[in-house]
Amino acid sequence: MFVYLLRRLAYVLPIGLAVSAICFSLVFLAPGDPLSAVMPADASLELIEKLKADYGFDKPIPVQFGKWVARAVQGDLGISLATGRPVNSELARAISNTFVLAFFACSFGFTLGLAFGFIAGYWNGTWVDKVVTSLAVAGVSVPHYWLGMVLVIIFSVFFNWLPAMGMGSGGSSEWAWDWEHLQFVILPAITLAMIPTAIITRTVRALVADILSREFVTALIAKGLSDRDVFWHVVKNAAPTALAVMGIQLGYLLGGSILVETVFSWPGTGFLLSVAIFQRDLPLLQGTILFLALFFVFLNLLVDMVQTLLDPRIRRT
Amino acid sequence: MKDAPYGATAIDLQAAPAAPTQGYWSAVLSRLLRDKVTVVCALVILALILMAVFAPWIAPEDPLKGSVMKRLKPIGSEGYPLGSDELGRDMLSRLIFGARLSLVMGITPVLCALGIGSLLGITAGFHGGRVNTVIMRTIDVFYAFPSVLLAVAISGALGAGITNAILSLTIVFIPPIARVAESVTTQVRALDYVEAARASGAGNFTIIRVHILGNVMGPVFIYATSLLSVCMILAAGLSFLGLGTKPPLPEWGLMLNTLRTAIFQNPWVAALPGLMIFLVSFCFNLLSDGVRSAMDVTR
Amino acid sequence: MNVLLTVSELRKHFPLKKDLFGRGGGTVHAVDGISFDVAEGETLGVVGESGCGKSTMARLLVRLIEPDEGMIRLEGRAVGTQMPLTEARGKMQMVFQDSFASLNPRLTIEDSIAFGPIVHGLPRAQARERARSLLARVGLAPLRFAGRYPHELSGGQRQRVNIARALALRPKIVILDEAVSALDKSIEAQVLNLLLDLKAEFGLTYVFISHDLNVVRYMSDRVMVMYLGKIAEAGPAESVFGNPRHPYTRALFSAMPSMDPDRRTQQPPLIGDPPNPIDPPPGCRFKGRCAHAEDVCGRGDIALTSAGAEHRVACLMTQPGCGHSSAPAKAA
Repeated sequence: MFVYLLRRLAYVLPIGLAVSAICFSLVFLAPGDPLSAVMPADASLELIEKLKADYGFDKPIPVQFGKWVARAVQGDLGISLATGRPVNSELARAISNTFVLAFFACSFGFTLGLAFGFIAGYWNGTWVDKVVTSLAVAGVSVPHYWLGMVLVIIFSVFFNWLPAMGMGSGGSSEWAWDWEHLQFVILPAITLAMIPTAIITRTVRALVADILSREFVTALIAKGLSDRDVFWHVVKNAAPTALAVMGIQLGYLLGGSILVETVFSWPGTGFLLSVAIFQRDLPLLQGTILFLALFFVFLNLLVDMVQTLLDPRIRRT
Repeated sequence: MKDAPYGATAIDLQAAPAAPTQGYWSAVLSRLLRDKVTVVCALVILALILMAVFAPWIAPEDPLKGSVMKRLKPIGSEGYPLGSDELGRDMLSRLIFGARLSLVMGITPVLCALGIGSLLGITAGFHGGRVNTVIMRTIDVFYAFPSVLLAVAISGALGAGITNAILSLTIVFIPPIARVAESVTTQVRALDYVEAARASGAGNFTIIRVHILGNVMGPVFIYATSLLSVCMILAAGLSFLGLGTKPPLPEWGLMLNTLRTAIFQNPWVAALPGLMIFLVSFCFNLLSDGVRSAMDVTR
Repeated sequence: MNVLLTVSELRKHFPLKKDLFGRGGGTVHAVDGISFDVAEGETLGVVGESGCGKSTMARLLVRLIEPDEGMIRLEGRAVGTQMPLTEARGKMQMVFQDSFASLNPRLTIEDSIAFGPIVHGLPRAQARERARSLLARVGLAPLRFAGRYPHELSGGQRQRVNIARALALRPKIVILDEAVSALDKSIEAQVLNLLLDLKAEFGLTYVFISHDLNVVRYMSDRVMVMYLGKIAEAGPAESVFGNPRHPYTRALFSAMPSMDPDRRTQQPPLIGDPPNPIDPPPGCRFKGRCAHAEDVCGRGDIALTSAGAEHRVACLMTQPGCGHSSAPAKAA
């Protein structure tokens, strides 16, 4: 069995390489000189040539790619053109910030999603169900960047209870788990939680409704099973799929949401990516995309494995 | 038993319904018309499309003409029923004109992806084996990424602009459509009537054209309509990040971006474009759900 | 009677995929080296339990699946090489079990029947004409049924349509894969009689596959019993039904409930578990369930040997001098 696990892991390598090759070459597809971010507009020809040589842009593309991969494997992703700091440290900080945001968003999202989904499924067909389902559909239809703005309008502009953006006065390096810092995470977390909430609500509702409608549940209730026991029975049956869906959502959130992080200027991986794009900060862009690409390829592998394990149709030898 | 005349099929004939039943599409349509929610949503979207088409005649002002004196006027001001934006342009006109670009950018990628994705998916599903593996594994790589990330990455590489954004979103939506097409094609291909067609000696193209296409495109089309709401949000989102429409063109996502800095001065005006996006997306969602129910039950 | 179809050493194995964790795997020996003839104008019945390979064999005959090994000869010419596939397709047609899945839900039944002839070059109008006359021939009035869709017909009517479709290409052989198994008994009787009439009128040859022994006995001239991808016994219907020689055939026939209430089934005739076609052990496939099995049965392939006029059996008990305790002594 482990041989096959290893084989699947081995697929990750060429995929990772292919994706990074695409990432690497993406930036050369784009119009504009890669160096235009750092160069002064009226740079002399010698200066341009020197900068190119310094950054290695004068070598042919495959050679550049090879060198980049060699360094990346050793953990060195280059220096950010805009800030001058190593890409690694920028990435590391961004990842931890996204993690904080994802943690809160998932806490809200999963709790709400499970609660709503269960309620709608338990009372499915009634007005409760219809209301919850409509809310869920609305939840998936709302542009989350707009929702973020609306929340800022309500809570920052009108009531002035919560800050509109950023991560706190000390920036991301001084994060602490106290109200002074936590107040910054509330609005982004609620905004980010909306889509997982809607998805989990729909999934759990369908699961609960399906389990309750199966005939053996009617038989159990006829035998005199109490409501609480029926509840636990439903939970036990719905748990595997629900957990799988929640895991997937957590994964997506850990990847960072560009749109929400941009609205709130939350310095996570999504924000880093958009900054890198707009400043045409090549090393940063390549490093960030590489990290995100590998992250999602791994995530998918994990999801595949979990789903295979859960699938009762697979014969167990 | 051997001597019974098979004219005993007279019994069969009597059991058959007297008149041929309703055609397939008219049954779908009548189901749709009975679903009030779907009808309302369809009308709303139709109204918005008409509004976009006839924008030059409906909008009161020029959407590009601004006035430094009249910046950020609140809703209900004189001459500016929905207020004015940060450059003094009339919001109502910009919202009406904005429908054009927003709707085009929201619908076109799904249409293109429907064509290309179906082609890939049906090919992979029909041929199976190596062809299937190559196509679907490649698609799986793209499918691994969340749509937003993929859209931003591709747009970021190609640069801002409407065609680039449409191209980027088409690429984002090809994998999910191709997967659905492949899955349905594989199921249909295993059915006996396809085997019977092969046993009749028909060539692959004939089989696909006569037997596969009609039975596969239904579910694929339904799935594609469910992507419309997502595409609206993503297209506007790209413009919101600055990777789609470029100023000064009116487009709802871009308007959200430029008005963002104004939320402290005139929050409601700043929120209006997002409301439009939400409205359209919501209607598309309900519409696609309604179409799915109508087509499912009739089958 | 001349031989129309000759099958030699047909073999088809299906490898099973392993999942992400390496579970599963193995090879299904669906059809494992079978050979038989079908003479012109006769009905060959094929019986066996689920999983014995009947349907795979049917699909191999019409070339819906490619065989791994073996050859099929139609009218003396090898299909695929000496006879091009399109020509073979025109001569051999199949009727499937699931009457609903056999018809494209979006085509009228007239179009479904006309599809084959159109593909073979007949102009559309003539193909439609032929479709309508075939509909009449199978007992469905064309004026009422030609424009209908499959979901508007009953199971028996759909199966008639499938028969009409099979006949549209004017084949010589029709393979009926459990064609009446899904029908109600009364409808089944009507369809069977229809098949017999059509066979007489058009001079057809049938390969009739079924798990229903009574139906096979009614329809067949010769019978072939399959077990786990191999032929256990084959011969004239009356000979096989009247005097089954293979232990499996005996068990199968004795499992048929008798109409006589005084004759009660004392014990299940077949012991052991149902067969697993994945990676079967060497030797006789029936060894695990046979009351007469001995060690010698587990070694080597068991060949079909003659046990009377055209009646062949694949059992060591009928082979002289093979080493089995019940086998007759070798002829001097």
